[in-house]
Amino acid sequence: MVAIAERLTSIWEETPGLASWLTTVDHKRIGKRYIATAFVFFVLAGLEAMAMRIQLARPGQAVFTPNAFNQLFTMHGVSMIFLFATPILSGFGNYFVPLMIGARDMAFPRLNAFGYWVFFFAGLFMSFSLVIGKAPTDGWFNYVPFALTHYSPGLNIDFYGLGIIFVGISSTTGAINFIVTIFKMRAPGMSINRMPLFVWAVLTTAFAIVFALPSLTVANVLLELDRKAGFHFYDVAHGGDPILWQHLFWIFGHPDVYIIVLPALGIVSTILPVFSRRPIVAYPYVVLGTVAIGIVGFGVWVHHMFATGLPQLGLSFFSAASMMVVIPSGIQMFAWVITIIKGRPVFTVPFLFIIGFIVTFLIGGLTGPMFAAVPFDQQITDSYFVVAHFHYVLFGGAVFPIFAALYYWLPKMTGRLTNERLGKLSFWLIFVGFQVTFFPMHIMGLLGMPRRIYTYQSGLGWDVWNMTSSIGSFVLAAGVLAFIIDYYLSLRRGLPAGDDPWAADTLEWAISSPPPAYNFESIPQVSSREPLWDQPDLPQQIRRGTAGPVLAEGHETVGTSVLDADSEDVLEMPGESPWPLTSAVGLLIIFCALLISHLLLAAAGLVVMSIGISGWLWDTGDVNSG
Amino acid sequence: MRRSRALLLVVAAAAAALLPACSSGSPSTLQPRGPAAQRIDGLWWFMFWIALGVFAVVIGMLLFGLFRRRKSGESVARGGGERAVVLLGIVAPAIILTTLFVVSLRDLNALSAPAKSDAMTVSVIGHDWWWEVRYPQRHVVTANEIHIPTGTQVLLHLSTGDVIHSFWVPQLSEKTDMIPGKTNRMLLEADRPGIYRGQCAEFCGLEHARMSFLVIAEPPSQFQTWLAGESQPIGSVTGAAAQGKRVFLTSTCVSCHTIQGTNADATDGPDLTHFGSRRTIAANSVANTPGNLAAWIEDPQGIKPGALMPPAVVEPRQLQALVTFLEGLK
Amino acid sequence: MSSSFAATATTPPHARTRESGWWGMLLFIVTEATIFGILFATYFYLRFKNMPVWPPDGIKQPTLGLPLLMSAFLLTSSIPMHVAELGVKKGKQTWLKAGLALSFLLGAGFLVVMLGFEYPEKLKEFTAQTDVYGSLFFLITGLHGSHVFVGLVMNSWAQVKAARGRFDERHHLTMLNVAVYWHFVDVIWIFVFLTLYFSPRF
Repeated sequence: MVAIAERLTSIWEETPGLASWLTTVDHKRIGKRYIATAFVFFVLAGLEAMAMRIQLARPGQAVFTPNAFNQLFTMHGVSMIFLFATPILSGFGNYFVPLMIGARDMAFPRLNAFGYWVFFFAGLFMSFSLVIGKAPTDGWFNYVPFALTHYSPGLNIDFYGLGIIFVGISSTTGAINFIVTIFKMRAPGMSINRMPLFVWAVLTTAFAIVFALPSLTVANVLLELDRKAGFHFYDVAHGGDPILWQHLFWIFGHPDVYIIVLPALGIVSTILPVFSRRPIVAYPYVVLGTVAIGIVGFGVWVHHMFATGLPQLGLSFFSAASMMVVIPSGIQMFAWVITIIKGRPVFTVPFLFIIGFIVTFLIGGLTGPMFAAVPFDQQITDSYFVVAHFHYVLFGGAVFPIFAALYYWLPKMTGRLTNERLGKLSFWLIFVGFQVTFFPMHIMGLLGMPRRIYTYQSGLGWDVWNMTSSIGSFVLAAGVLAFIIDYYLSLRRGLPAGDDPWAADTLEWAISSPPPAYNFESIPQVSSREPLWDQPDLPQQIRRGTAGPVLAEGHETVGTSVLDADSEDVLEMPGESPWPLTSAVGLLIIFCALLISHLLLAAAGLVVMSIGISGWLWDTGDVNSG
Repeated sequence: MRRSRALLLVVAAAAAALLPACSSGSPSTLQPRGPAAQRIDGLWWFMFWIALGVFAVVIGMLLFGLFRRRKSGESVARGGGERAVVLLGIVAPAIILTTLFVVSLRDLNALSAPAKSDAMTVSVIGHDWWWEVRYPQRHVVTANEIHIPTGTQVLLHLSTGDVIHSFWVPQLSEKTDMIPGKTNRMLLEADRPGIYRGQCAEFCGLEHARMSFLVIAEPPSQFQTWLAGESQPIGSVTGAAAQGKRVFLTSTCVSCHTIQGTNADATDGPDLTHFGSRRTIAANSVANTPGNLAAWIEDPQGIKPGALMPPAVVEPRQLQALVTFLEGLK
Repeated sequence: MSSSFAATATTPPHARTRESGWWGMLLFIVTEATIFGILFATYFYLRFKNMPVWPPDGIKQPTLGLPLLMSAFLLTSSIPMHVAELGVKKGKQTWLKAGLALSFLLGAGFLVVMLGFEYPEKLKEFTAQTDVYGSLFFLITGLHGSHVFVGLVMNSWAQVKAARGRFDERHHLTMLNVAVYWHFVDVIWIFVFLTLYFSPRF
């Protein structure tokens, strides 16, 4: 038993030191890095929001100039969507998908490292714009023609256009990696009807990214060609069309809501049953609901454009589709609630965040179909009611589950428990702070307050609600601060977590906390949806090397078939490599060069990137690549 | 039990949504003053009560699930619950949503019915950051104020001179975007006389926040009088006003503004022919008083940072005369 | 149970399904195909949204001579690529090397005609900055051309590996991926041709 662990450690452990920090391909290290980096962006974007709430607390304030305010709300949205929500969920996926499916790494470990570096550099690239006071100013959906050079000269919008293309490369490689990992590397016996729901959610999301993201990329390529090279895609005077941007943006933009929310719903479906002490009810329906959201989400984008004067027939079609997309969410909502009813709830901190999620996401889900009703949408769109709605959906649907996930999984990642009382304090501050901040925004919207205004006149009935909202935002921020303190203290003097502090059902809890470099001493044979509940001695078997193949000959894991997870293959996994970082640096140089229109520098970047990719491919064996 | 207190808070906040309906001066969608806004208000309350009902059911189930008393030895079943999920998660939402779809479609049809034959046409053109208003049949051009007769359909032709704007008067009707290269149409109608605040609803740059306007609904006869007055060029002026007119015509003002009856005929900025009769300056940024006007002419950025109007370089006495002249343009 | 399983896992069975790398390439191609699909949709959207005459601004209907020649080069290049793939699977190194070399030449021929003859002719008439038609034409053909170029680079890479004897019946994932990418670029060309050269006639 000890011999197996030692042998695997010598094969899998990466050399310590700075070099390995730069060359690591371990999905756990990369996952932690995604989570930490994204959390920093969450704090930054949160501070941007606080700045806006300070300005809007009272009418007619001039704490920030209009230009600064416009940069704030743009960077708040862009950072929250592209630099926080998507990557942090990708981080959880990175860390826990291989563990939940009983694999030793992602399918393409080096591509994984590359994806992280690209995200990190793209985040720096976009955030740098705010540091030099040239952040984009056109909101996260960046409508043309305001975003064209005539109305927005300077680099501001270019930071957006290029930054979005840049970070999209990371999301795409990540999505491909998740799909192949989930298709090929599930533990033997984990047929698709036994996959944990979080894995289903990640898989659906990855497919949604593959099909949605190209639209955003194309939209921004056309934008940058218009801005930098004098093309005319959006320019009415030369046959272009500004509505084209809106179509391309929202064909991506609406599925993107689900790209963010789906993995979070997967987290809920993972954590909620654990603390209800029973499996989720109606597993097949929850899976169908997840997949259906991913598909129907592509048919509803026009509801963001109901006020643009489109033909009425089109409006009714998209109205119907937008109402339909509520049903698969409803299925999941009732599956969760009924699971609680039929179970035996345990009020831990992660579970509190799950309850906070249900209440908040429910409200967001109830105001959602209102926007599918065309006349109401035409009245209320672009008002603060929308701001309220999508914060209930995204904060409710993603941030609450993310905090639940942090409290649930941090003990696995760090090996330390967090403080229960501080955790509960954090929950109540975040929950109450959130409601006080965002509920009044529904009312402001109904009272006619448009979004994206940097100031307003008094006497319009908006003052008291704005003040309430601003106060709430400070309570919310205090809750986030309480979490940070809790986390810090747990690292310092948290109690040891043990392998499975929550008595959970999925495979990541079968191994030690934090997990060893090789994850599993032996790859388990899975025979149910809740392996640890059905096979209580599985952790022992894994450790003894009797649960399945040990594969201590080299850097290896098991490859299985797509549907039934029959074992087929021994996959040779690559180890540490300098090439992902090299390639990502090349990309960074290219994007900086494009920003300042410096072709020679771009060529240099291309050379660096080619060196990176060549080195990478040359190291790649021809049976299994990575 | 802290949970139920939090819940109470949410419900209290929801109830508070009803309160502002009583306050005045708010461009509230809940105080509709036109047929379209009325219809949407009805749709809103219909949806609100459904949403509240669903909310109550789900939260009730959640609270029951969380706090129901469990027997100490109660065993937890592994399966079950599927029928309930299908009924509550698929069948019930499908019925509710179909109902909602049909109701909303009825309202959509009503709102997009063609204009009546006696409808009056008004063109509104969005600019960074003000509103140009044209009454084509009388060749009247004004800005930031839309006078309409009560009880009459007004067919708006909405377009833009630069970026995308969105025309929104919450108390009267839904909003419609103004998009380069196309002219959108919508109906505006007020049931009773009053001043209704409108505002740009699509982000359009630095002064999106101060791109507001007023719809002034008057009885038809009063409206006709107003329209007739507006179609007149300015008359002759004397004294300080005459001096102000000279200042106007010899300064940079004329490179952007029109005053009918003079040779100032530029169209980059608002038409000022009847400026003195307007209630506000700079797209409803400040009240139209001589003091505000002087401040605006001297330093537009001080009132509306980012505004495209350059500061006028005039001496104090000239400024005084200019203000007198402009305020006299009734 | 677990011991018999371990045995099957350590001896690779003959009838294996697809490699991870093959799935990766397939998904990459799906992403790329989506990008092209969106660009074709954009082309028709812009044409039918605002433009009564297409091509606008007095630009002539695209002539078919050179594009047909380009099609001949590119579409036939898939045949030797397929031969190379069959060759590597059957262990026939000559097929492999000759197939790769011939497909490379045909692909390069496509680019020579495009950059040496077709583009100069078009640029005499309009540029990407003339109007939205020019923007669409040069973006879509340019993007496709750059894909052909990437295909040539990948082809060269495979030739280097082939020359060094790194492929055999069992080890040839690079070759499979180069081939599937190559065929993908060929298929996309058919759509580029139909959209940009053929559809304006209707």
